[in-house]
Amino acid sequence: MAKVKMTVNGRHVGAECEDRTLLVHFLRENLALTGTHVGCDTTQCGACVVHMDGRSVKSCTILAAQAAGSTILTIEGISNGGELHPVQAAFKANHGLQCGFCTPGMVMTAIDMIRRHGANLDEATVRAELDGNICRCTGYHNIVKSILAAAAEMGGVKQAAE
Amino acid sequence: MYATNYHRASSVQDAVRMRSAADESKYLAGGMTLIATMKQRLAAPSDLVDLRHIPSLRGISVDGTSVRIGAATTHYDVASSTELKAACPAICDLAHGIGDPHVRHMGTIGGSVANNDPAADYPAALLALDAVIVTNTREIKAGDFFTGLFETALQDAEMIVAVTFDAPAKAAYAKFRNPASRYAMTGVFVARRDNGDVRVSVTGAGADGVFRHPGMEAALSANWSPDSLAGVSVDPSDLMSDIHASAEYRANLVKVMAKRAVAAA
Repeated sequence: MAKVKMTVNGRHVGAECEDRTLLVHFLRENLALTGTHVGCDTTQCGACVVHMDGRSVKSCTILAAQAAGSTILTIEGISNGGELHPVQAAFKANHGLQCGFCTPGMVMTAIDMIRRHGANLDEATVRAELDGNICRCTGYHNIVKSILAAAAEMGGVKQAAE
Repeated sequence: MYATNYHRASSVQDAVRMRSAADESKYLAGGMTLIATMKQRLAAPSDLVDLRHIPSLRGISVDGTSVRIGAATTHYDVASSTELKAACPAICDLAHGIGDPHVRHMGTIGGSVANNDPAADYPAALLALDAVIVTNTREIKAGDFFTGLFETALQDAEMIVAVTFDAPAKAAYAKFRNPASRYAMTGVFVARRDNGDVRVSVTGAGADGVFRHPGMEAALSANWSPDSLAGVSVDPSDLMSDIHASAEYRANLVKVMAKRAVAAA
């Protein structure tokens, strides 16, 4: 057993867990942050994507102990109170989900993608960047549309601020 | 996953000591293969020694054509290094094609090389670039390092600290990806030196792991053009057959990928 401490969504947290505990289970079971999902158990589906020290990672393939001391951002940490994050708003406006199971991972992936590419994202890049996220409902079309809309919105906001 | 003990090393010395203290221990770099394998109970190390927090293992340095990549440098950092892109863009392209964005944020060059998966991308690059694998105790030429399927020249507890190579005049990597796993169903890395020397190495296809193809190297040394490969034959008897592709299909892919790589270099 190890005492694992990290910063999750801006809050310092700590809990006892086994060394083999995966980060996703630590988030869900020790911290009750169940927005991060487990979809496949084989490191392929991306439903478990969170940000670790600013980069998107698969929380089902990282031990909680490996993440000790890091800064984690999950789907629960992105909205501003009652106001949706622009990526969440774009998924809502563009019907970027059906059953919603993959959506937390899709949203966290989209935020990371927009951070790296800004408003320059095009459809081919979005589709290539979604390599690590599987959706079994939508056929991806509206997910791609949502991400492009969010990138335009967030890029526009950034330019207006400059 | 079976129970395991986690240790975090802060220096190379520290890591070797921790690794040597337990019989069934393993080094843990990005964990993109190891943790996934442990989840499937295909590996059950008693102890894991995490290498992600050893500062000297990270980073890329380029001095003219001389390149050094720290073992714990992630695929994302290799893919997005502007210095490296200027010296050897082929290795950046290769890193950008590994796995998916999240895997590239964690997975490392040292981990990939030490695992020597027969369908991994980096072994093809290191072999074609005539790279040197630097460990905590010695330097090993890539040609002596990759010894078979998931087998390398590394001794117990020996760890990779960096890979170094001299950037060639031209190089490129062409990969036919398995659409589900993103691993190479066949990947070919070509490199040409100023003196006309050519190396061609193939991953994802060999029954015994990564290999060089002397026939294609001779043809490309004589004439650096995709057309010069038309008459070269690739023997399927040394290639893998599995549910994804037969050895004959892979033999054809080797040629097609080699042509694409030469055209792109």
